[in-house]
Amino acid sequence: MYEILEKHTLTPITKLFRIKAELIARAARPGQFIILRVHEAGERIPLTIADYDSETGTITIVVQEVGATTRRLGALEEGEYILDLVGPLGNPIDIPEGGHIVGVGGGFGAAALLCFMRSATLRGDRTTTIVGARNKDLLLLVDELRIASRNLEICTDDGSTGFKGFVTERLKQMIDGDPPGRPDYIVAIGPMPMMRAVAETTRESEIPTLVSMDPIMVDGTGMCGGCRVTVGDTVKFACVDGPCFDAHQVDFDEAIRRTKTYLREQETACKRLETEGVIHAS
Amino acid sequence: MPERTPLDRVRDFFEVNEGYRLDHAAFEAERCLRCQDPVCIEGCPVNIPIPDFIHAIAAHNMPEAARLLRTANPLPAICGRVCPQEVQCEMLCHMTNRFRPVAIGALERFVADWERDQPVEQISGESTDKPARPARKEKVAVIGAGPAGLVCAGELARLGYSVTVYEGLHAPGGVLRYGIPEFRLPKDILDWEIDMLKRSGVEIVCNVIIGKTLTLDQLFDEFGFSAVFIGSGAGLPQFLGIPGENLNGVLSANEFLTRINLMRAYAFPESDTPLHLGKRVAVIGAGNTAMDAVRSSLRMGAEEGHIVYRRSEKEMTARIEEHHHAIEEGVQFHWLTNPIEILGDDEGWVTGLKCVRMELGEPDESGRARPIPIPDSEFVLPMDNVVLAVGTTPNPLLVKSAAGLETTPKGCFVAEETSGRTTRRRVYAGGDAVTGAATVILAAGAGKRAAEAIHADLNEDAGRED
Repeated sequence: MYEILEKHTLTPITKLFRIKAELIARAARPGQFIILRVHEAGERIPLTIADYDSETGTITIVVQEVGATTRRLGALEEGEYILDLVGPLGNPIDIPEGGHIVGVGGGFGAAALLCFMRSATLRGDRTTTIVGARNKDLLLLVDELRIASRNLEICTDDGSTGFKGFVTERLKQMIDGDPPGRPDYIVAIGPMPMMRAVAETTRESEIPTLVSMDPIMVDGTGMCGGCRVTVGDTVKFACVDGPCFDAHQVDFDEAIRRTKTYLREQETACKRLETEGVIHAS
Repeated sequence: MPERTPLDRVRDFFEVNEGYRLDHAAFEAERCLRCQDPVCIEGCPVNIPIPDFIHAIAAHNMPEAARLLRTANPLPAICGRVCPQEVQCEMLCHMTNRFRPVAIGALERFVADWERDQPVEQISGESTDKPARPARKEKVAVIGAGPAGLVCAGELARLGYSVTVYEGLHAPGGVLRYGIPEFRLPKDILDWEIDMLKRSGVEIVCNVIIGKTLTLDQLFDEFGFSAVFIGSGAGLPQFLGIPGENLNGVLSANEFLTRINLMRAYAFPESDTPLHLGKRVAVIGAGNTAMDAVRSSLRMGAEEGHIVYRRSEKEMTARIEEHHHAIEEGVQFHWLTNPIEILGDDEGWVTGLKCVRMELGEPDESGRARPIPIPDSEFVLPMDNVVLAVGTTPNPLLVKSAAGLETTPKGCFVAEETSGRTTRRRVYAGGDAVTGAATVILAAGAGKRAAEAIHADLNEDAGRED
């Protein structure tokens, strides 16, 4: 059992949890993820470690309520417990030192960039974080990301704050030389369509670009193979070979198609949650 | 052994075999000749004193039968159900020459089930078998709560060591939990065996992956363990590398069975984990895992369950009983049929399995006749799902993080067969992590031998220290 020490509501459907998990907090590195289970009949879902602190023995995760499990999780409060939590899983993000590192976060993926951007900044790299959302109310962890990176670029679809447009448009301007300058390495975390758009934006410039894949997964240790991702000519398991892969090599059509395998069942599970009143529809 | 009729059992996950009653069992036990040379024992990887425990049944002395059984095999209720007895003890039974062999496996199961019905304090693990051994000061860590690890832990606890088992999943049991379905091995039996181990002092810590959450070095340096046994199994599923393997509706048998067994997808939506199955399910392979998968697909509501295998029935590696049960339940078998492509629709869902017919040639490196494609014999089996049960390899997570541990090109740990000693001092390994995917009883045997080696080595260390 893993205690929830802090909970913050970032947007109506996005919650941040700081959880006591000493062993995971000690072993975690930026880019890794955990798998958790909320109740006895619960499914196992992977979530990126947004932040960790080995001194306090805590990890931070950010959850967007899209399915039954994330809704159950979102309904938990400070002082309550998460039944099962295992990690850190996957490989840390590995980017050479000394370049201009640009993190691109879409939706709640921005949160997943937090510890990576901070560690790159602390080791002395030039860092820029580009975050985007539909409007200013849906932006996440802006203050934290501003501290964690040298530059912060905010994009909103409606222009309610920052740059009016998609993160990829702002990224394109930087590739073309706009301040804060052309990236040397790019890490994109967010919904798959957004990561595909980033891959397309950077493909021609050949700037090394990593995307953090979050496919369907059961165990997270290489056992089920549900998280197969085609990267170039080879099939990789996101859990043990990833979760980050060369964006220009990932077969996004296949990856997006595979995430739809259980859409119907997800609907069934959500309806059941609502009708049985386990959790109210948000 | 009495079993439920195919029609009765094929739509649920309750156990197929019903087990003997005492009169059945005593009658079957009377058939044992109590041979001068009990070769059956040689066929048993853990050398159970088979004629002795069977004689105890015939004499209606069940406590003695249970004691004899449990001293040799810490998981009798499980092995009585899942061992391939027909190629082990029962194959060597002298009765086999003229009649059918004594049903050793069924009798093993009977004794273990009898024991399970007794008040817990009378069970051999506590009353008759627990030796008055002094507690040892050394701690031993076991990686993986599957059959090898559980048996090793049980033996070490019996020898007086304090034992901690680290399990990566949220529940212990390894392949017994995620792989073998309830209709062969009910989970309450597994839970009971694990409870027995816990009562004997074994500590089981779930949700810890050695190689990720903690390293092997940390176990020695930080946690103060004197020895580590690796029983991390062979959990990595193999794929065929044919076109269409990433279509929606194609799963490894590991994923398929884990969703059902560990995550209880059969109870969806009461349980949260789904399994999306169509009407026609093809399982590729013909081992026990393939039989488990195809029979599970029928129980999950599929109308047709198919086994597709590139070799012939003779080369099949499944237990005879599983094959027999699968036939009874209406599974369709496609022998000498090699899948070459999985076909899908515009939206990426499986629609069929393209195959080529095979014929048998000269023996290959496995000693089995090599299947050779027959030219121009391609055909398509219409399917909604394809499940791949074509083998597993050891998980590399641990090796990647630990120095000094040698592995074979196939990723198996290099370990002495008799002791489990690896290439690193005070690190032992056994079960599928060493052999590649094999049987529960072989893993149990390896766990037991490693426990004995650990005991001997730690004794030696203690002697040097004194």
